Amino acid sequence: MIEYRDVSVVRGGNAILDRVSLRIEKGEHVAFLGRSGAGKTTALKVINGLVGPSAGEILVDGAPMARHELPRLRRRIGYVMQQPALFPHRTVFDNVATVPRLLEWPEEKTRAEAERLLAQLELPLATFGARFPRMLSGGQQQRVAIARALIAAPEIVLCDEPFSALDPIIRAEMQSLFDGVVRASGAPPPTGAPEARTTRTTLVFVTHDVREALRIAGRVIVFDAGRVVVDTPADAFMSHQHPLVRRFVEA
Amino acid sequence: MSDLVRLTGEHLLIVSIAVVIAIAAGVPLGTFAHRRRRLGGIALRITDVVQTIPSLAMFGFLIPLPLLGGIGPRPAIVALVLYSLLPIVRSTLVGLERVDAHVREAATAMGMTDRQLLWNIELPLATPAIVAGIRIATVTAIGVATIAAAIGGGGLGTLIFRGVSMVDSRLILQGAVPAALLAIAADALLTQVEHYFAKRRGES
Ligand SMILES: Nc1ncnc2c1ncn2[C@@H]1O[C@H](COP(=O)(O)OP(=O)(O)OP(=O)(O)O)[C@@H](O)[C@H]1O
Ligand SMILES: [Mg+2]
Repeated sequence: MIEYRDVSVVRGGNAILDRVSLRIEKGEHVAFLGRSGAGKTTALKVINGLVGPSAGEILVDGAPMARHELPRLRRRIGYVMQQPALFPHRTVFDNVATVPRLLEWPEEKTRAEAERLLAQLELPLATFGARFPRMLSGGQQQRVAIARALIAAPEIVLCDEPFSALDPIIRAEMQSLFDGVVRASGAPPPTGAPEARTTRTTLVFVTHDVREALRIAGRVIVFDAGRVVVDTPADAFMSHQHPLVRRFVEA
Repeated sequence: MSDLVRLTGEHLLIVSIAVVIAIAAGVPLGTFAHRRRRLGGIALRITDVVQTIPSLAMFGFLIPLPLLGGIGPRPAIVALVLYSLLPIVRSTLVGLERVDAHVREAATAMGMTDRQLLWNIELPLATPAIVAGIRIATVTAIGVATIAAAIGGGGLGTLIFRGVSMVDSRLILQGAVPAALLAIAADALLTQVEHYFAKRRGES
């Protein structure tokens, strides 16, 4: 469970986030939608503590950030950034093995999980495991970044427009792969979960692509100038009357 | 001839000791300069100033100093350490600064502590730059060490100073040529080491 209580982030006199209050339940799949500069990335980064709120507080699993030991918390939160940002001096396998090693998994388990996940992402470990990031295409790098974020079965997954740099064909392919991977990584949804799109994993997915948002999430939250202006179930999004939603739908 | 071998050995020894000490002090100093910009800036300024002191003057300044100063190989090593420090501190700082901010952010977001970030990501990525600094420091130290003979530091400078006082250019060359060759060899060797690390880092 992730809760924003009146969270503001102020930088250089500007409110990047402006008194945001939100509750994201365990297992929910949520899309953050908004124009460029709306504050989506910042809203994501307060969840793993890369950005600290100027006011208000953020609770993960019911505890405020100050009560979490940040490195330990972050190992349970998968984070796919807008850029792949792979470690250039480490092979594909070593990149993917980062969190398992921080968690001190036995090496065989790390290898088995990496193999399974990379195969799902169509990057067989035998072929790609020993390569360095610079020997991969942009789309392949992005898939490694996804594997690196998901391997330790994180309870929370944060994705920041992971597919925006890809061409439309690869992009569509990646979206369905991602769907499959997230679904497979989550155990059956919590009993009585109302949404079809819920798993054990809580997913927060940033995008400015409506179709992508609706495909991945059960709930859409629209940001504008640092504020939450719309918070709606995905089913109701297309008919929502907020002017910004209309503009997104008609774009 | 055996004189030449002995003096070359001495030369290499004082340079090696000095560079090893400069690495041991310079890499942590550069790392510190990267974490604490303000203090780091001051440290860098000091090593900058040290670098501008003419080497003969530096050896002169060291003579009256207790403990570290005086005459012989010890003050020679102290002076060489001071000269070697700047390139190593600076290259460490530059290497750390060049680490992509996104890469650093990814490492932090995955749950690395500051220490793990430094050892697993930042220092390995800065290694080629650090080695470049060590190379420059070593080549400089080999040259400056020839002056160390002025305060009894030994090494190939001994032949040069003897040659100068006896106005014997053959003797001067006997010291100068091996010193130059040493510098060239060290440069070539450390360039290879640099390439090795750049390759391991997955860049070339
Ligand atoms: N450290 C910072 N200092 C000052 N301003 C910042 C900082 N980080 C972000 N901003 C500003 O805050 C606003 C929101 O940034 P953010 O990255 O959260 O937007 P976004 O919704 O993710 O945009 P995009 O879709 O383009 O990625 C932008 O106007 C940005 O310039
Ligand atoms: Mg963004």
